[in-house]
Amino acid sequence: MSDYNNHLDNNDNGNGKNSFQERFNATRFLKIQDWNLMRLFLITVGIFIVMSLLMPTKFPRVLNFQSMGFQMSEIGILGIAMALAMITGGIDLSLNSVANLTGILCSVILTRLAGPNVAEPQVGLAVFLAIVIGLVIGIVCGLLNGFLIAYVGIPAMLATLGSMTLFTGFAFVITKGTGFFGIEAFQKIGNGYVAGIPIPLIIFAAVAVIMIVVMNNSSFGLKLYLLGSNPKASIFSGIDNRKVLLRTYALSGMLAALAGIVILGRTNSANPDYGASYVLQALLIAVLGGVNVNGGFGKILGLVLAVFSLQFLSTGLNMLLFRSPGANFFKMFSWGALIILFMIINVVSERRKQRASIKKPKPA
Amino acid sequence: MAEKFLEVKNISKSFAGVHALDDVSFEVRKGEIHCLVGENGSGKSTMIKIIAGVYEPDEGEIIISGKSYKRLHPIDTIREGIQIIYQDFSLFPNFTVAENIALNKQLSENRKFFHKKEAQQVARAALESINIKMDLDSLVGTMSVADKQLIAISRALLQDAKLIIMDEPTTALTGREVKSLFKVINDLKARGISTMFVSHKLNEVLEIADRTMVFRNGKKIIDADAKEFDQSKMVYYMTGRKIESDSYDFGDQNKSGTPLLSLNNLSSTGRFKDVSFDLYKQEVIGVTGLLGSGRTELALALFGINPADKGSIQIEGKAVKINNPQDALKHGIGYVPEDRLTEGLFLEHSIGNNIVVSIVNKLLSKIGLIDKNTKQKEIDTWVKDLSIKTDSADNPAKSLSGGNQQRVVLAKWLASNPRMLILNGPTVGVDIGSKSELHEIIKRLAGEGLGVLVMSDDIPELLHICNRILLMRGGKIVDEFQASQITENELAEKLAEG
Repeated sequence: MSDYNNHLDNNDNGNGKNSFQERFNATRFLKIQDWNLMRLFLITVGIFIVMSLLMPTKFPRVLNFQSMGFQMSEIGILGIAMALAMITGGIDLSLNSVANLTGILCSVILTRLAGPNVAEPQVGLAVFLAIVIGLVIGIVCGLLNGFLIAYVGIPAMLATLGSMTLFTGFAFVITKGTGFFGIEAFQKIGNGYVAGIPIPLIIFAAVAVIMIVVMNNSSFGLKLYLLGSNPKASIFSGIDNRKVLLRTYALSGMLAALAGIVILGRTNSANPDYGASYVLQALLIAVLGGVNVNGGFGKILGLVLAVFSLQFLSTGLNMLLFRSPGANFFKMFSWGALIILFMIINVVSERRKQRASIKKPKPA
Repeated sequence: MAEKFLEVKNISKSFAGVHALDDVSFEVRKGEIHCLVGENGSGKSTMIKIIAGVYEPDEGEIIISGKSYKRLHPIDTIREGIQIIYQDFSLFPNFTVAENIALNKQLSENRKFFHKKEAQQVARAALESINIKMDLDSLVGTMSVADKQLIAISRALLQDAKLIIMDEPTTALTGREVKSLFKVINDLKARGISTMFVSHKLNEVLEIADRTMVFRNGKKIIDADAKEFDQSKMVYYMTGRKIESDSYDFGDQNKSGTPLLSLNNLSSTGRFKDVSFDLYKQEVIGVTGLLGSGRTELALALFGINPADKGSIQIEGKAVKINNPQDALKHGIGYVPEDRLTEGLFLEHSIGNNIVVSIVNKLLSKIGLIDKNTKQKEIDTWVKDLSIKTDSADNPAKSLSGGNQQRVVLAKWLASNPRMLILNGPTVGVDIGSKSELHEIIKRLAGEGLGVLVMSDDIPELLHICNRILLMRGGKIVDEFQASQITENELAEKLAEG
């Protein structure tokens, strides 16, 4: 009965209309950006509606949103880091190893500075220090990548493959193969709420908003897009390619470190080989989000939509199939299927567009 | 008069409502060298593709050796003995010369295995028939454009070609290679094989044609014996207007005071040596020379891509170092590169972004983000000033024609408020109408106070826009001319010497 009343209340408040209007504005906004975003938006909404219709009592629930918020933030942040590298025309395979190395070094700092019998203020200081140092570690790792790629001239895939092995190896040396733990105060970062919203989701949202502004409105963002689409022309336009690349990889390293901090907070542990499949997942999310593998194009908003759609899909399928054995593994399968489907749509529509443009010669 | 081989009657073709070809008729006779000229978009390529059987005409018929076709299929075209040599030649770079020449023949005979020895014989015979010798075992990918062309021609002859259509065959050839290509075409003519020579290089057309026709906006404007044409007549038919070519009047009074740019024994090991000259405000200096003479290398050094290692550069009397493009930008030097598609433009990005790329740091608002209004104002200014033809500056740069793309590259540099511009081949691949408009723009900019350096081997262009021309050879400046005191022929001879 209360459900029913809520439903009525919502309608009376005109929430339905509001959300329609919001959606309308959102689609108009997306349309201006490009069709790829529009399609992604429709897919995300579509999956959400289907899952809500299939499981009206389980899927569209606050509790479910909270749990999804925890799950998608780490991979969302890594996805944005990957997107940055890909927009330059490169790739960053070391993201996951940077995240793990950061987690491990943070846990070292935390356990040294804030042991069991330490007073509250010092714990706070230790948490603050761990976060700052953690981000600096990420930046340093990213600078190494950027240096190898921009100044030495090693292709991004090879440079970051090498640094990935280096960072992971370093992490193993520190832990001697075992895992490290965090401290209780730090767990808030990964498990806490502010006004009912999971803190990791807030971090992800903040990163996304900042990066949307950086990419759309800053000179760094514009240079990054232009460099990615034609590095030669950007040299001939007076852009310092090496500086832009160095900054980009530093930024992507910092975001990876942030993901590492969230992981340490959420799981209260740091391992040299945690989440080994995260790098490829981040790559998939970036591609699904519309980042061009050849560089030069890709919107952070698309990436956010991609993260949401994949999370809706995998959580929804998990709920639907929770009784059947192996339901957990269905997540990967469904992601793969969605991504392949989406790419088929993209390729087909791109081909149509090209055909249309061939048939329409330029007026003389 | 020889008999007709190909007759095209009342052919029309539209794409999305635009007439690409409008009621075009012409004939090609046996053994005739028939030239087709026209600007980009005049319908030349559409005509070739209809003859090739790639496009179906909306109206009209094509008669080959007396047989009428409403539409040709590619196989009909080949069977009737028409071979088309496109600009990319459609060769296999990873195969040898012999294989490339003989492959089609063996394939059409439906062989299951490739006979190497036979291929060698076939290929040798085919090359001998046009009096050419080359190493049959070289990989085609390693050979010069001219050799590739000869390979494509001999391959065409193997398939009993009666008419060879060549699409812009001389684009990447040197003067000498063009001469030998013309010799081959004349040999073919003597054997009764017709050639259709599609080009926009008028001097070549004037040299080789028996009959010339001009397309403009999808219509055949004129079709006449080649003797009736001269250069200016042809330009008139192509563009529909007379192109004025006043040379640039610099006026020596400006030569007083400090030069804008002054080079003193500038050298770069292996590239150029002891280059010295002064460039004044409002002056347009042409730097010419053959490929490898060092003119592009000099331009790249002045823009900081490959910095010079000896000598000095002074800008307005002050010695400066230009070690990278950022330095060049700082000193007010803009560079319009040789290859606008790969070096000049971000083809997939908007025209607007292409215009502001070099000045993004000047478009920032107080909070450090790009101010959309300032950016838009800057873009609008230059689209208007250079009359860039587009419905919106948000369209990608690749949607523009060559001439308009070059204006975008110019706009990029003008937006940075430069003291001087270096233009490397400013009108390569731009059609005649836009070319003269670009020339006017360059002269106007110089008149407004810029110093301009034009690297080019286009002699009419040099004489038209420069007041002074420097000739480079082997990395050194070997001669200097006043544009008003030298003729095209004299300059051409000087260029070819040595």
